[in-house]
Amino acid sequence: MLTNQEVAEDLLKKFGDDVFDFEEPYGLLTLTTTREQAIPMLEYLFHHEKFQANFLTDLTGIHYPDSEGKEFAVVYHVHSLVHNFRVRIKVFLAEADIHIPTATGLYASANWMERETYDFFGILFDGHPNLKRILNIEEMDYFPMRRQYPLEDSTREDKIDALFGR
Amino acid sequence: MKSSVEIVKAPEGHSGAGFFASSFDEVIGIARSNSLWPLPFATSCCGIEFMATMGSHYDIARFGSERPSFSPRQADILMVMGTIAKKMAPIVKQVYLQMAEPRWVMAMGACASSGGIFDSYSVLQGIDRIIPVDVYVPGCPPRPEQVIDGLMQIQELARNESLRRRNSDEYQQLLQSYNIQ
Repeated sequence: MLTNQEVAEDLLKKFGDDVFDFEEPYGLLTLTTTREQAIPMLEYLFHHEKFQANFLTDLTGIHYPDSEGKEFAVVYHVHSLVHNFRVRIKVFLAEADIHIPTATGLYASANWMERETYDFFGILFDGHPNLKRILNIEEMDYFPMRRQYPLEDSTREDKIDALFGR
Repeated sequence: MKSSVEIVKAPEGHSGAGFFASSFDEVIGIARSNSLWPLPFATSCCGIEFMATMGSHYDIARFGSERPSFSPRQADILMVMGTIAKKMAPIVKQVYLQMAEPRWVMAMGACASSGGIFDSYSVLQGIDRIIPVDVYVPGCPPRPEQVIDGLMQIQELARNESLRRRNSDEYQQLLQSYNIQ
């Protein structure tokens, strides 16, 4: 049985200053790394003799509009099916330079997840074989999950307060 | 024993010994209204409610809609039931275009009628943004009784409208406003 401590120490030894901000919310080992080390770290965990983190559970984005220089985060959840051990890896990106290397070379399943992340957050995955919208209409010219839009369309006239009791 | 089964009354006309004369408007209207084949375009929970409507308990077949047509070519009513995402909109429109005249459209439920609770970037705010709608059935989802009432209102339309309504200027302009030829 792998422990968070064991994996964290191993990653610290391998990646040194490039891995930081360790957390354990609900017991899930969470850490942050740099854009350059993200894919090497996924590969390291995948091919590691002991950890064998061979399943990409999820890949998604987050928008933090108020954190300057770190407006976007890409989050990888990887799972070692052998040890039933999970780890969450975050990478922060600046809005002005919203690029990150693709993980499709390692996980074929990253293909659609990266397209989804691009579709909703506009994060550009360099080297992705087919980076285009996957869920939204192709004509859409914005990234809807960015936290910069009002929840309701304020120009609508049919959804008036009186009808909604507010 | 008196039967409780009702059959459609004869249209107004002149009858005499061995003949009955009426107008095509009346006769064809009756024929159409009692044999409306629905195309169920079901995308979510309203579709489940339609299954109940279609099943033996509520039995939409009693109204002549015996055969749900899964080909638009042979369908008379397009029943749009459920949330239509913007990405689905061109498909709804294409299905409508493939239907032959005369054709009617029922928007079933809040989502098909107005987008419902999904006031969202991804959801079409009512199918009347892309195709003309004859009857709106409110509800989230509507009860089968409401669906049947909606169908009966379309029957009324089919029975009473002029056979040539669909050649009228008004109808042409309506279709034009949706960019449909």
